[in-house]
Amino acid sequence: MSFTSLTDEDRAAMLAAIGVESVADLFAEIPAAVRLDRPLRVDRALTEGELWAHLCELAGRNSGTGSELSFLGAGVYDHYVPAVVDAVMQRGELLTAYTPYQPEMSQGTLQAIFEYQTAICELTGMDVSNASGYDGTTVAADACYVAKQTTGRTKVVVAQTLNPQVRQVVRTFAPGFGMEVVEVPHTGGTTDPDRFGAACADAACAIFPQPNFFGCLEPAPELAAAASAAGALAIAHVDLMTLGVLEAPGAYGCALAIGEGQSAGNHMSYGGPHFGFLAARSDYIRKLPGRIVGETHDHDGRRGFVLTLQTREQHIRREKATSNITTNQTLLAVAGLIYLSWLGPQGLGDVGRACLSLTEHAKRRLGLPLAFDRPTFQEFAVRLSRPARDVIRDARKLGVHPGYALGREYEGMDDVLLVCLTEKRTAADIDRLAEVLRQVQAVAA
Amino acid sequence: MKLIYEKSRAGRRAGRIPDPGVQVAEVPAELARTTPPRLPELAEPELVRHYTELSTRTFGIDTGFYPLGSCTMKYNPRINERAVGLPGFADLHPHQEDEGAQGALELMWRLQEMLAEVVGLDAVTLQPAAGSQGELTGLTLMRAHFADRGEDRTEVIIPDTAHGTNPASVAMAGYTLVRVKTDVRGNVDVDDLRGKVGEHTAGLMLTNPSTLGLFEERISEIADIFHSAGALLYYDGANLNAVCGISRPGDMGFDIVHYNLHKTFSQPHGGGGPGGGPVAVRRDLEQFLPVPVVVRDGDTFRLESDRPKTIGKVRGFGGPFGVFVRAYAFMRMWGPGLRDMSEVAVLNANYVLARLKGAYDLPVDRHCMHEFVVSARTLKREHGITALDVAKRLMDHGFHPPTIYFPLIVSEALMIEPTETETRETLDAFCEAMLAIAQEAGDDPQMLKDAPHTRPVTRLDEAEAAKRLLVRYGFDEHPTSGLDE
Repeated sequence: MSFTSLTDEDRAAMLAAIGVESVADLFAEIPAAVRLDRPLRVDRALTEGELWAHLCELAGRNSGTGSELSFLGAGVYDHYVPAVVDAVMQRGELLTAYTPYQPEMSQGTLQAIFEYQTAICELTGMDVSNASGYDGTTVAADACYVAKQTTGRTKVVVAQTLNPQVRQVVRTFAPGFGMEVVEVPHTGGTTDPDRFGAACADAACAIFPQPNFFGCLEPAPELAAAASAAGALAIAHVDLMTLGVLEAPGAYGCALAIGEGQSAGNHMSYGGPHFGFLAARSDYIRKLPGRIVGETHDHDGRRGFVLTLQTREQHIRREKATSNITTNQTLLAVAGLIYLSWLGPQGLGDVGRACLSLTEHAKRRLGLPLAFDRPTFQEFAVRLSRPARDVIRDARKLGVHPGYALGREYEGMDDVLLVCLTEKRTAADIDRLAEVLRQVQAVAA
Repeated sequence: MKLIYEKSRAGRRAGRIPDPGVQVAEVPAELARTTPPRLPELAEPELVRHYTELSTRTFGIDTGFYPLGSCTMKYNPRINERAVGLPGFADLHPHQEDEGAQGALELMWRLQEMLAEVVGLDAVTLQPAAGSQGELTGLTLMRAHFADRGEDRTEVIIPDTAHGTNPASVAMAGYTLVRVKTDVRGNVDVDDLRGKVGEHTAGLMLTNPSTLGLFEERISEIADIFHSAGALLYYDGANLNAVCGISRPGDMGFDIVHYNLHKTFSQPHGGGGPGGGPVAVRRDLEQFLPVPVVVRDGDTFRLESDRPKTIGKVRGFGGPFGVFVRAYAFMRMWGPGLRDMSEVAVLNANYVLARLKGAYDLPVDRHCMHEFVVSARTLKREHGITALDVAKRLMDHGFHPPTIYFPLIVSEALMIEPTETETRETLDAFCEAMLAIAQEAGDDPQMLKDAPHTRPVTRLDEAEAAKRLLVRYGFDEHPTSGLDE
């Protein structure tokens, strides 16, 4: 393989045009003390064929959903990704373009982002959306920065039922923002609105999930009301795939809606890249992080799209910018848009109802004690007779990954297994899970 | 062209999902959605045509030359895309146990090792999602380092040529920004710098080569100034493409480095992402790296999270794994030849610079590294033609324009980065277009003011967009739908 194309003749002519003897002369300004005087110590170059064989070998040592019947969720979901998404994403023009700084060269990307913003607003019930964040964790930190800049307050309240990784990322960045984080423990698997509201006094914002990390449905309208009553921005962290059947955060009074977009049309890819979405009421548009695309016209009156409100951004406002985001996740967000367009409102509702129905079926079929007595969406937590980690290890030997061990993140839950059902699982798969769980639990009993 | 919402017709469908074949369940009524989202309704053929048409209205590296300075728009090898789609990578759940992810973990570990060697530092985290997040991560590591030592340092120094992300990251990390000037040779003004470093200084953020495309000739002296003040040096890796295998930030004295995998290591830029922003540090900062960290135990690899002094997490899971697959593939195909990559990038840039010298102003007359800045200041003074006009006219010649109006200290700046993947013929064609435009500025300035003439739209009114603030389709109430039909 070669990704450069200069011939010896080219080099000679180019060096002559520059007026130097050799390429080394171009590096003459690098002081000798900081020049590397040896070749890089990395493995020899591989041909494309050798590389392919090596990568296939590495990929073959992973247990993907192709080789295991998996009920893993916990923030990343194995929904079906239609062929049309991958096909469009591989269009070289969309794949290999950069941020549309020159709108006349990038109307396709810009229009796609405008359509994406519209879809996010529709799903979340919000007025405005940015053009994607990095993932569902970083948009939560972004939202805190918006809340600080908007309210001048410094406290962040998060429900403990919010994905642990999201809480960890907020805790990493909050001190730099000059903010402190307060967590509200769950009460029987969900967040108590009174307790939540009490914590929200003097808070800039309050973040709660819907559904939560245990799969339970939170009393979202009450939580939003409790936060808002205390003067905090109510922020719902939601999964796009639930919004065909669950109420939109905008409809129950949230100021912002954020979340992980992976489940809409993006492969799990061992954690990314995915995209995070961030939508808000129009009051907050000038504080939003990242890119926003707006509609305008050209000199001849034709409709066109451009990056707008760029005065919020770091290339103009520098240290006063609303965020430092430049490269974000546009391609993945567009993948999400194509997937949502493929499903349409009916399809999105069908996916939500299928996940919900399979979950209820699995609860009955497994017949294990539920960890929480609450309505759930596409995940539910059950108590096992042995530590969940051991059950997972033994079940995987039988070709089934039964779910996520909640004890990895929550104290006192070592025997709790979080089981996830997407529309890709079937009643027969659930039978298989039930059988495997019965076997591996019997081993220890 | 129409928006997808304008092509939508109630009742049309593309995707269907299987009937689960179990008893139907509903969410509790008080939490159920009352108004369905107005998502597009189309059958699959029209869906594909719509997005294919959008792609034809987008200019990418696969379409042509894209010399967008500081963005390193190089060719993206197709093997990368095939590799990332391997089911063992694409369908791997991030909560998978380590023993079910050995191939992925080995790839990450090997990538860490190669990245550390390229910058001459000891430990790498792959987690940050983009270069800008790498910056925020690096500065957060800096805070952790000083907090651990019980030192209260509040200021970070940045040159006036810095990328806008640097000051924004400094503010988000809770530091106060201190600016340092650039001298007449385009280097950091060391005398100005000396007066600004003190007991409150946490560190310096610098890209080397700089955004002017110039190597900091006094980098060792700068490093000494900071280290003797007990402060740290942060390297913005945006311009790493110029020096791979030639000069290493660690050897220059930098303590923290971020990479832009999407620039140097060929991740396709995707219309604005995804990227990847790993961070490398000197050994004594390793304890603060975000978790999980990939570690090797003999022949097996695992994610380690039990690190008491970690700053925490900066993103979900171990990082944007798909980006790692592409960067890893690219680096393995170059091997030690990464040095040749940088040499050709620098040769190409100097060639274009040499050819444009007479027609455009040069802020500093030195050999450049992989990019350089020229100015349209004379064209503006003599003919009223701005950098923006030059950029728009370049589109008519079939090229994506360079970065314009950056760095801020150069008026009418055009920042050009050809990268190593362009042929001499392409570079010549670009130079001839730039020279022709300089000529046209005198002959027919109005034609330049009206450019572009060959794109699907003519020059767009960005002021109108900011004033109207139409940032989503309005459906029935949409005032301008179909205006262009």
